[in-house]
Amino acid sequence: MSELKNLTAHLDEPLLHEMETYERLGGYKAARKALTEMGPDEVLEQLESSGLRGRGGAGFSMGKKASFIPKGSMDKYLCCNADESEPGAYKDRLLMQRNPHLLIEGCIIGSLAAGANKAFIFIRGEYEIQAKILDAAVVEAYEKGYLGKGMFGADFDLELVVHRGQGAYICGEESALLDALEGKRGNPRLKPPFPASQGLYQGPTLINNVETLCNAPAIIEKGADWFSAMGEGKSTGTKLVSVSGNVQRPGNYEVELGTKVREIVEGLAGGPPEGRSVKCFFPGGSSAPVLTADALDLPYTFEAMAEAGSMLGSGSIIVVDDSQPLVPLALRLAEFYRHESCGKCVPCREGTNWTVKMLERIDDGEATPVDLHIMSEVQENIIGNCLCVLGDSMAMPIGSMIKHFREEFETHIDEARAHRNGGAAVGEHDAGELASAVGAGPQ
Amino acid sequence: MSRDPRKVPIGWDEAVDLDRDPGLVPDPADVDVPAALRTSIDAAMQRYPDSRSAALPALAAAQEVHGWCSPEAFHQVAAVMQVTPAYLSSVATFYDMLRTEPIGDRYVFVCTSVACHLRQAKDVYDAIAEEARDQGLEGVDLREFECLGACDMAPMASVDGRYVGPLAPDDAHEFVAAIKERREVLPGRGLSDPEYRLPWNEGRPV
Repeated sequence: MSELKNLTAHLDEPLLHEMETYERLGGYKAARKALTEMGPDEVLEQLESSGLRGRGGAGFSMGKKASFIPKGSMDKYLCCNADESEPGAYKDRLLMQRNPHLLIEGCIIGSLAAGANKAFIFIRGEYEIQAKILDAAVVEAYEKGYLGKGMFGADFDLELVVHRGQGAYICGEESALLDALEGKRGNPRLKPPFPASQGLYQGPTLINNVETLCNAPAIIEKGADWFSAMGEGKSTGTKLVSVSGNVQRPGNYEVELGTKVREIVEGLAGGPPEGRSVKCFFPGGSSAPVLTADALDLPYTFEAMAEAGSMLGSGSIIVVDDSQPLVPLALRLAEFYRHESCGKCVPCREGTNWTVKMLERIDDGEATPVDLHIMSEVQENIIGNCLCVLGDSMAMPIGSMIKHFREEFETHIDEARAHRNGGAAVGEHDAGELASAVGAGPQ
Repeated sequence: MSRDPRKVPIGWDEAVDLDRDPGLVPDPADVDVPAALRTSIDAAMQRYPDSRSAALPALAAAQEVHGWCSPEAFHQVAAVMQVTPAYLSSVATFYDMLRTEPIGDRYVFVCTSVACHLRQAKDVYDAIAEEARDQGLEGVDLREFECLGACDMAPMASVDGRYVGPLAPDDAHEFVAAIKERREVLPGRGLSDPEYRLPWNEGRPV
């Protein structure tokens, strides 16, 4: 298996972002078919039987999620989550910049399935160019009558608004996204109620990632069977994988789910630089627990990554080569989550902060091996104890690093201590120091 | 007092003024709002079923006009949206791209997050920060930033929304000089430049 071109089929067309080019290449055929020939029930059925799973991180079945939206005539909404801010992920940026009409077409199909007449694309504020390209594409779609009232001559109206965020990773969490869209601070909400029953403006809301929605047009056009024939087991279709970190050719590569990780990392992305080897990798963005080089031979599917103790997440592989010390990497990771924690739940707000402080202690030579134990405990106490998974997203990878590379952390502690003490003997932690580390904690 | 805006909450060192009146919803008749700003806030309010959803686009528009979310900017947006200035400042302080201090009306965000960190982004940032000091760059909000979603071009920076990369410490001098002289930074190396390709993947669109 190698690269497949489904989502990325026409990306090298220079003017693909314009309506004329997109339509010439068969664009909006699927939306027309869905609206004029199929109707919501059949669209929903096709999406469900295609097995398409969310490409934003959770991997939940898109059709099933849409089917949770209640029937009835209340105001319903579709929100496209384009707040791609996870370190390592940049696949939605490519899709929106090169092929904005594909996303608009996906939004039309998603809205029809959910019965929503108002759709929002929540794009992160840093993507200024992509937001402008999307804005222009939306204007074109309105002019053509592909958005607005009585689209494609069918009895269906859809308003589409591109909403720009202003820089907050947490807004990628679906309930925080809704709060941000309502003009508030982006704090996650208590669930239930889930957005499908009470979401935006308290109305039923379907929230999907950019790549998920971009898969919908081809499913409608070519059929659910065509889609589910690709992939492996319950991971159907193709996946746009963002490969970054210590590889020779970082980039977005579209592969069939089930392709071996090695083929993606070493084949497509060229593997680590000459003379280096893979130390570990994040298989699904910085929130995924790290896996070691022996996991490279696993198939890249939701199931295989979960079984190995990690997750496929947003499908972003960050490769760490053997020249990278782990403590600074863990520190940088923890700093990210500390900065992005919204502060609503104590375990996340305090846990991310103390993890940073403890890692700094390690680097400064003030830590003892007990700190590793305390740090692991802090991670365990974050997981599952907050409204959203931002804290877990730090706790899981850091916990996994300590688990896989405990020796390296211990050596780092000893060497930094020795360095601090001016080259004194290593490993002599007296009882008093240990007691104060456990009792008083880091100051 | 200098502080790292990423680490210390805004206003931590300012005493509360107990004599000041509580901020009320400003009377639109009393507040002078630039016409273009008013139009763009009005347009934003009409786009949403609930006009409060316009808070982020309105604050972004006010920041364009004032260079930062100044008390005056809050007051003007509050007058048009009919909310309290405090509500708007509570929103603005949450988001990294809204400046609640007059750091500069242009921005340079250098990504030093995980994927860029693995490709020595810190060296790039340090080199740029040093050049900025040496060349006396002013009026620019230059800072390390969390992942900007361009790990393929790592290490990279966003110059007022234009993504530039991959960068090396050697680029710092020209990078800062171009910003100072308001020239295009490193032409041909921006993500949105026509024919931009990554050096190692020349045939592939990015």
